[in-house]
Amino acid sequence: MKEIALHILDIVQNSISAGATLVHIGIMENLKDDSLTVSINDNGQGMDKETASKVSDPFFTSRTTRKVGLGIPLLKHSAEQAGGKVTLISEPGRGTTITAVFRHSHIDRPPVGDTPGVVSLIAGANPHIDFTYRHSAGEDVYVFDSREIKEVLEDISIGEPRIISYMKEMIAENLNGFFLAGKE
Amino acid sequence: MTKVKSLDDLRKMRDQLRSAISLREKSEHPGELVQVKVAMATCGIASGAKEVMEFMTANLEKRNIEAIVTQTGCMGYCYAEPTIEVRLPGQDSVVYGFVDLKKADEIIEKYIKQGELVDGIIPVNYETIDKKTGGI
Repeated sequence: MKEIALHILDIVQNSISAGATLVHIGIMENLKDDSLTVSINDNGQGMDKETASKVSDPFFTSRTTRKVGLGIPLLKHSAEQAGGKVTLISEPGRGTTITAVFRHSHIDRPPVGDTPGVVSLIAGANPHIDFTYRHSAGEDVYVFDSREIKEVLEDISIGEPRIISYMKEMIAENLNGFFLAGKE
Repeated sequence: MTKVKSLDDLRKMRDQLRSAISLREKSEHPGELVQVKVAMATCGIASGAKEVMEFMTANLEKRNIEAIVTQTGCMGYCYAEPTIEVRLPGQDSVVYGFVDLKKADEIIEKYIKQGELVDGIIPVNYETIDKKTGGI
């Protein structure tokens, strides 16, 4: 994956397949300890210990259309290449949290990329699931919450193309002002 | 900080959309939408499915084609990603492989608008080796 945003787009599909109704996406940029942390937390069905221990095995997948599952292995590779790691906490019936840490200044850390595009796309494509996206860099914090959008929209679907592009612009504008990542 | 897009602007957009949608529903063929599904598993995303999906969503809207663009999982054609499945009203769906933005444009202009098949179709009866041999 060329961008961290694309990893997020990919990993969130796991939450969707796990039947999540609420997914929290977080990016935390911390220059003091030189880290960039990405976390995805869902309230899906979760995994037992045995399954959870197998997710970073490329030859393990829960799907039947093919025999490999590369989402988490690729994220793990990407994080480890940039001096970081991936951790996963999951509990059956409760949900799953996956956290990837990158060294912020590492030359092999992928750029954050188009998170506004990714978040608006997944929120629009999955109208029955709620998403939050919290991006912080030092003191600056921006939080997007699809529930707020839906409340305003009333009977209009969050999946309407114009709403999707609106959300994308809204997130981008909010992030642009102060985030380091926006200047990459 | 300069004024950014706010929820108030969204409210205005909602009202505009509401009237547009009620017009759409009163039109002659309600419910008959073109369906486009973009395969968005790891393989698709790594090959550029996000750009294809954004392109389809934006351009179908711009070109006044009533369509629903959604994402789907891996259909097993990882070698041909990005793939998209297009279903015209009342017809069987067609899967296109190796869809870049140029191909996506061609699919909209020729297939969706005029019903003319374009190159790059993955036959639906395609069988993987696994299926034929009953798995490895």
